[in-house]
Amino acid sequence: MGKKVAVVGFGQTKGRSARKDVNGVELINEAVVAALADAELTIKDIDAVVIGNMDHFEGVNYVDSWSVEGSGGVMKPIFKVTTGGTTGTTVAMSAYYHVASGMFDKVLAIGWEKNSESDTTGAIITAFDPVWERPNLGGAIAGLALEASKYMSTYGITERDGARVAVRERLHALNNPFAHLHQEWMKGIPVDQLVELLVTSKENVMLAYPLRMSDMCPRTDAAAAAIFASEDVAEKMAAVPAWVASTTNRHNFALAGDVDMDRNTTMASAAKRAFEKAGIKEPLKEIGVCELYLPYSYAGLKWMEDYGFCAYGEGPKLVWDKVTDMDGELPVNPSGGVMSSNPIGATGLIRVGEAALQIMRKAGTRQVQKDVNFAFITGFGGCYWADVMVLGKKKPS
Amino acid sequence: MEKKKDEKELLTIGSGDLYQPYSWSVGHYGSKFLHELKDHKKLLGIRCPKCNKVYVPPRKVCGKCYVAMDEFVELSDEGEIYACTIIQFGFVDPGTGIQRPVPYGYAFIKLDGADTCLSHFVDSTDPEKFKVGARVKAVFEEKRKGSIVDIKHFTLI
Amino acid sequence: MERAGIVGVGQTVYERRKEDTFAELVFEASTKALADAGVGIEAIDNIITVSNDFWDGRTISSMAIQDAAGSWDRDISTVEGDGIFGALYGMMRTLSGSFDTTLVVAHVKGSEGNMNMITNSMFDPIYQRHLGPDATSTAALQARVYMEKTGATEKDFAKVSVKNHGNGVKNPFAQIKKKITIKDVMESRKIADPLKLYDCSPISDGAAAIILSTEKGLKRFKKDPVWILGVGHCSDSYNLGYRDLAWPRALDAAAQKAYKMAGIKNPLKDLDVVELYDAYSYMELLWYEGLGLAPRGKGAELIRSGATGMKGELPVNPSGGVLSAHPVLVAGLARLIEATLQVRGEAGTRQIKGAKKALAHGINGPCGQAHGVFVIGA
Repeated sequence: MGKKVAVVGFGQTKGRSARKDVNGVELINEAVVAALADAELTIKDIDAVVIGNMDHFEGVNYVDSWSVEGSGGVMKPIFKVTTGGTTGTTVAMSAYYHVASGMFDKVLAIGWEKNSESDTTGAIITAFDPVWERPNLGGAIAGLALEASKYMSTYGITERDGARVAVRERLHALNNPFAHLHQEWMKGIPVDQLVELLVTSKENVMLAYPLRMSDMCPRTDAAAAAIFASEDVAEKMAAVPAWVASTTNRHNFALAGDVDMDRNTTMASAAKRAFEKAGIKEPLKEIGVCELYLPYSYAGLKWMEDYGFCAYGEGPKLVWDKVTDMDGELPVNPSGGVMSSNPIGATGLIRVGEAALQIMRKAGTRQVQKDVNFAFITGFGGCYWADVMVLGKKKPS
Repeated sequence: MEKKKDEKELLTIGSGDLYQPYSWSVGHYGSKFLHELKDHKKLLGIRCPKCNKVYVPPRKVCGKCYVAMDEFVELSDEGEIYACTIIQFGFVDPGTGIQRPVPYGYAFIKLDGADTCLSHFVDSTDPEKFKVGARVKAVFEEKRKGSIVDIKHFTLI
Repeated sequence: MERAGIVGVGQTVYERRKEDTFAELVFEASTKALADAGVGIEAIDNIITVSNDFWDGRTISSMAIQDAAGSWDRDISTVEGDGIFGALYGMMRTLSGSFDTTLVVAHVKGSEGNMNMITNSMFDPIYQRHLGPDATSTAALQARVYMEKTGATEKDFAKVSVKNHGNGVKNPFAQIKKKITIKDVMESRKIADPLKLYDCSPISDGAAAIILSTEKGLKRFKKDPVWILGVGHCSDSYNLGYRDLAWPRALDAAAQKAYKMAGIKNPLKDLDVVELYDAYSYMELLWYEGLGLAPRGKGAELIRSGATGMKGELPVNPSGGVLSAHPVLVAGLARLIEATLQVRGEAGTRQIKGAKKALAHGINGPCGQAHGVFVIGA
């Protein structure tokens, strides 16, 4: 049987719209240095490195090779994994399997992106089939708008419901010094009033109905790095290691037109399996905090239903009842989430790192008050690629 | 990040008019679809011998059953809007390198006889009529070249 | 530690241009590997695909082939790099306790893009790319450095081409099946001095797949496994100027790690067959040294001695090697498949008699920056 594995260190750069002061390799290095410092290690202690991003955002081929001087991969085992939007969680899962296999004790996982270096929508469109879907697709925003339109039509969801999620994410981000968007103007305004502003303001431009600017994630430059360690060393390295209780993923579709948009079936299937593996029977009660890859507001409603936190169509109630706010029963995205920072190749790894910080109680001003036994993490990507991970405070049996 | 004091402008290097050419194979299945579209304005799907699901565009493998498919079926050029949106943001179209004109209607369309959706343009930006469940019909280009945009767009019936 | 074994292999014939789509190639290789293992897709617990967005000309290149790889309701992930690294990640997942079996499948269609531009994109956009370096021009730099430092000659390189192309004639999967002479190589068109046409591998289309299993998973399969005895992978510096181009220290580190795991003391004696990544003829000599088959600086002497020929002490690249077919990303996995066939005794007319232990090797990055090594045995 495989080794038990824990996250023992995490580092990230502050999300920014453009980091012209560093090149990609230097940006990667900032995150690696921060993660090593967090775990009180040096690069010599690292047995292997795994890295990921999405090639066409920066136009660099073989990033694992190109970045070794920054990643610390010189004369170390290193390779690259990449799965689109899920890349960050995919990197984390790869580091987990490196260690679980018994082949390595301490593995460095790196995710990064400089989205400022290309046209993000243009690059995302090239993810879709050049013959069938690329000529008419409108990138991630259009695809997500389709999903939102379907969800609204089936369950009678309103634009205000979507805006409520956006308000939560942006308010949470105000507590996170690493978040890209800090919408200071929101401070002190009641939630209802913020929601009203978002759905009526002319400045809040409609991108693709029903999605306005405030419903979407930004384009961010940032890097993140996490250190995964085996049960043989983890407890010596961290006061409270964040144990990987389970991880799994699903990806069923190759063409966007094949995706079953009634429900997020890949997320639902992956979450179900991850909860089973972690021994979680009542997710809403047993999970203490979530760091979810919600790339747009309506995902914070519909997908919550697919994870099993509430019944179909009840997502808005969960959110309006403040269940997912910082002091609610199930705080979602204390970091401000993807809608406040989206350096795509790093985004999933930031979810893992933020969840680990919550378990370790090292999340500073964004630490949730309640005791966290389990943290639930997701990654989301092209054609509904779904990665999930559950971190726990207790070493899995 | 701001530049430091006494520092000159922080530079970026452009990739110039970099263009990487590709010639993607459409394969046996897709080529048949495009020829039928071009020559006869016909839309083809393919049926899985195991689960009977009809895929459009046709391709070799049913992912769910993991078997090869070979039964082509003719689909209607009419169907129903499964999901839709009106694109209002500008972005660079990687196919042309220029900004795609907005607004335009964009939808996943379930053609009669198919189980998966074809994504395409719809010639409406009227949210009152352009809705989930609305019926649409394909409008074909006069001069067709053997590409998915030989369907000019779909129109509301 | 638990062991992992190879229980199924499959590959397409490698060709200059295939009309099949990426997904169709992946389906062909995967279903061949499943048939070889005597199972259906239901025997597979998880999948690793190998692809590259630049080679495929699309972002998230793996997204297009998920259905063809059998992803439905299974865990799946993607390595971007040579297939040998995909096999390494597949092995890790197989041993992780989460899965008993893993399918690893790699694909490429070199015919659909532009090799020079795609490999130019691996060079630094700020300092290097404008100067136009690509895989071949930098390989020529490395070949020259190697000649200067070791006294190896263009004729020594030619000997590698003659040997490997000679072997490729007997491999039904090889793209170039052509018996050539030293004279043919020496007189072939100059590509980038000192490299000539027959020193260079071709551009190829194809796909390859392997199936890995734990001991516990073995009861699902018909054939005896070929066990993975040792593995190692390691990267050198990126900038060519930071490296000693004539000494592949990262390969040395990867190989020594694999040998230690496999209990190999003298690789030249202990191994029965080697399949290495000869993207250019000179590379084989460098990799001899990195793999410890020849002392440092003496790679040329090994090829001159004939020890790595089909009848020599340690035949290298009985498949014809990468010089006979170079599906980038797939090629390292193809080396592992040939090594498996050799150990199984299923390599047909190119079989090395009594082969028990084999080594397979793959590379990533310019001039063999990173290396992956597998030692496998019955």
